Amino acid sequence: MKQIKIDPITRLEGHGKIDIFLDDNGEVANTYFQIPELRGFEQFCVGRPVEELPRITTRICGVCPEAHHMASVKACDAVFHVDPPPTAKKLRQLLYNTFYAGDHTTHFYALGGPDFVVGPDAPAAERNILGVVKKVGLEIGGKVIEMRKRTQEVIKTIGGKQTHQVTSLPGGISKGLTEEERKQIEEHCRWFVEFGKFTIQIFEDVVLKNKAYVDLILSDTYAHKTYYMGLVDEKNRVNFYDGRVRVVDPEGKEFVKYAPHEYLDNVAEHVEPWTYLKFPFLKKVGWKGFVDGKESGVYCATPLSRLNAADAMPTPLAQAEYERMYSTLGGKPVHARLATHWARIIELLSGAEMALDLARDPEITGTCIRAIPKEKPTEGVGIVEAPRGTLTHHYVTDEKGILKKVNLIVGTTNNYAPIAMSIHKAAKGLIKKGSQVTDGVLNMIEMAFRAYDPCFGCATHALPGRMPLVVRIRDKNGEVLEEIKRL
Amino acid sequence: MAKPKLALYWAASCGGCEIAVLDVQEKILDVANAFDIVFWPVAMDFKYADVRKMEDKSIDLCLFNGSIRNSENAEIAHLLRAKSKALVAFGSCALEGGIPGLANLTTKQEILEFVYRGSPSTVVTDGGVFPQQHTKVPEGEIEIPEMWETVKSLDQVVEVDYYIPGCPPVPNQIWGVIEYILSGKPLPPKGSVIGAGVKTCCDECKRERKEKKLKQFFRPYEIETKPSECLLDQGIVCMGPATRDGCGALCPAANMPCRGCYGLPPNVMDQGAKMVSALSSVIDAHEPAEIERILDQISDPMGTFYRFSLAHSILRRVEKS
Repeated sequence: MKQIKIDPITRLEGHGKIDIFLDDNGEVANTYFQIPELRGFEQFCVGRPVEELPRITTRICGVCPEAHHMASVKACDAVFHVDPPPTAKKLRQLLYNTFYAGDHTTHFYALGGPDFVVGPDAPAAERNILGVVKKVGLEIGGKVIEMRKRTQEVIKTIGGKQTHQVTSLPGGISKGLTEEERKQIEEHCRWFVEFGKFTIQIFEDVVLKNKAYVDLILSDTYAHKTYYMGLVDEKNRVNFYDGRVRVVDPEGKEFVKYAPHEYLDNVAEHVEPWTYLKFPFLKKVGWKGFVDGKESGVYCATPLSRLNAADAMPTPLAQAEYERMYSTLGGKPVHARLATHWARIIELLSGAEMALDLARDPEITGTCIRAIPKEKPTEGVGIVEAPRGTLTHHYVTDEKGILKKVNLIVGTTNNYAPIAMSIHKAAKGLIKKGSQVTDGVLNMIEMAFRAYDPCFGCATHALPGRMPLVVRIRDKNGEVLEEIKRL
Repeated sequence: MAKPKLALYWAASCGGCEIAVLDVQEKILDVANAFDIVFWPVAMDFKYADVRKMEDKSIDLCLFNGSIRNSENAEIAHLLRAKSKALVAFGSCALEGGIPGLANLTTKQEILEFVYRGSPSTVVTDGGVFPQQHTKVPEGEIEIPEMWETVKSLDQVVEVDYYIPGCPPVPNQIWGVIEYILSGKPLPPKGSVIGAGVKTCCDECKRERKEKKLKQFFRPYEIETKPSECLLDQGIVCMGPATRDGCGALCPAANMPCRGCYGLPPNVMDQGAKMVSALSSVIDAHEPAEIERILDQISDPMGTFYRFSLAHSILRRVEKS
C-alpha cells in the first residue's frame, strides 16, 4: 500500500491534511481528509455572559468574524426574546451584505479565480493573484485592493472595528449612522455594484467563452449529487442574514424548511476518530457514510447550495445572472461543484445590490436602534449564512443570562463530508496506475476542494490562491519513493 | 545594501492578525519592496525546510502571531527564535494567550467531553467516539496532533524581544512599527511593547470622565448609555483603566466598553488585578458588605478582566480536580 500525504503546511494548526492511499495496483484505495485542530470555544464560552459572545466568537475566524458576530447576536436576541428595531436590523444587514461582497471578491480573485483565469495547468508560480493581474490587466489589481479597502471602511463604520466587530448586542446595535456616513457608504455601495458587474463580465470573457473550461466545470470528476442547504426569505429567495433554512433533495425538490430553533430536529453530527472535526448530516435521512444520493444524509452548504436551495435571488442584476447560470448549466439543481465559483460571484453582485438598497433606505439613519431586553433569558438559536455555509449558534443560559451550554455548527463544517468526497472522487479520477502525480494533477485535486472555499481556521486563505503542498508517495514500509513539493 | 529579511508566522490564531497586516492596504506593496520576505505562509511560497537551513539569526525581524497550544506550534516557535534577530510577539494571542487562552478556564477533558459526547447535535455511538492521535484504518495508519492541556503565550515558550499588542493590532500601528524599523533608528530596549502607547485606553478615549461614585453596575444590553460620558461612570464595566492605549479607543467610540485587547498598561503586573483595584476606587461605598454587594453585580469578572490575558496572568489557568 502506498500512501500519499498532501499536507498544506501554510499553517500547522487549523489546516487540513490529506492522505491518499494507493493499492498495490497503483490505484486510489482510499483518501482521508483530516482536521488537526480543536480550540474548544463551545466549552470555554460556558460561564460567560451571553451578550459577550458576539465579541468572543468573532475570534473563531479573523477572516469571517462578521458571520460569527451576526449569528451570535441573533442567538442573543432569541435568548432574550427581543426583536431589534428595524433600523438596527438594517444596519446589521448593510454591514453583512458589504462583508459578503468583499469576502467573495477575495476568494474569486485570489483563491479560486486563478485556476480559471490563469488556467488549471499553468505553472504553479503563475497560478495566483499576480498571474490574474498579468492575464487580465494591471488595472484589476488596483480594483481588487480598492474593493477590499472600501468594504473594510463600511464594516468599520458600522461594526466599530474592521476586524472583530463589536457593535451588535442583544436587542439591536450600539451605534447608528449619521447622514454624512450614510452618503459615504452609499457611494461605496454604488462602487460595489459596478465592481460586481465587472466581475461577472470577467467570468463571462475568461471562463464561459472558453469551451474547455465549461467542459471542465461540467465534468463528472467534480460532480456530486447531494442535498443542498441555504437560508431563504419568505419568498424563497436567497438571504444571507435571516430567514428559514431550506433544504432541497438531489432532484431539487424541497425536502424541509426549518426555523433556526428547529435545527436539532434536522441536523446531527457524526464523529470519526481520525479527525477533530465532526461531520454534520441530515438527521431525517441519516448518516450512511461518505456517499452521494437521496438515501445519504450528506448535504452541502455553499454559494452554489444556496442558489440550488432557493427559488430566486433577492436583487434584479443577480437574478438575471442566476437565470443565465441555470440555463447555461442545464437547469436546477447544478451538481457540478466547480460552478460554485459562478454562484459565488452572483452572490457578490447580490450582496452589493442589497447593500446599496439598504444604504438608500430612509430608515437606515433612524435613531431607534435598541430594544432593551425585558424578558428572562433562556435559550436561543441564531442562524446566518456565512460565505462558506449555514452558521448555527445555539445558546442556553441561566436566568441571569450566563451561558450553560453553547453549541456551534460552523460554516465550512457543514461541507466536511462533501469536501472529503470531492477529494476522493478527484483523486480516484486523476491518479491512475503508472501515471505520474504531477503538479497539475495535484492542483486538479486541490481544485475539488478549493471550490468550497474551505475555511478550517482560515488555513486556505493563503493569498496566492493555493496551498503549498507536499506529496509523499510511500511504499508499504513507509519509505519515500517519490516526493513532489509545491511549496 | 541587502534588504532586511522579514518573516511572519501564525500559530494558534484566527487569522485576524494576518488580515490586519493586509489592512495596511496599498502600503503592503511598500512592505514587499522594503523587505526581503523570507517566510510568510499565508501570503507567499516558502520552503519550510529552507527555514531550517538558514543561518541562526539570519532573519532580521519575525512577527509571530497566535498562541501556543500544541507541540507543533512550540516547535516552530523554537525554530523561528533561533533564526531571528528580533522575535516579536504580534497580537494578543502571542502576547498573552488571547481569547483561545480562555480555554485555561476549563480542561482538555471537559472540552472533548462536550464536543464529542455532550453536544446536543452529536450522535453518540458505543459510549462516544473521541479523536485519537493514531488511528488504524483499513489502508494503514493516520495521525493527528495532540492538543495541549494549557494554552501558552509565546514568551512562556521562547524568549521574546518585542511585543505588539492588539486583537488584532490596528493597521496604523503596524505601519508605524514598520516605518520606524525602515528608518534605521536604533531599536528600543529588548522587552519593549511597541506599536502602542504608554498610557491607558482612557487617555485616548474621547468620553468625558467625572469623579466616579458607582452604586450599581449594568450589563451593556441593559441600558442606553449617554454618548459623550465615560461608560464606567455610567456603570458599564469598561476595561479602559486597565488597558494600554494605542488602538484609538475604538470600542468606546462605537458605544461599546473596552474588553482589554491592547493588554496591560506600563508598570502593571496583572491586568485583572489592575481592574479590580481600579473598580474598588470608584465604588461609592465604605462598608465591606456594601462594596461586596456592588461588586457582585459584575457578572463573570474572570472572563471579563482576563478576557485576553488569562494565559499570561498571575493565574494562568484554573485548576480543576
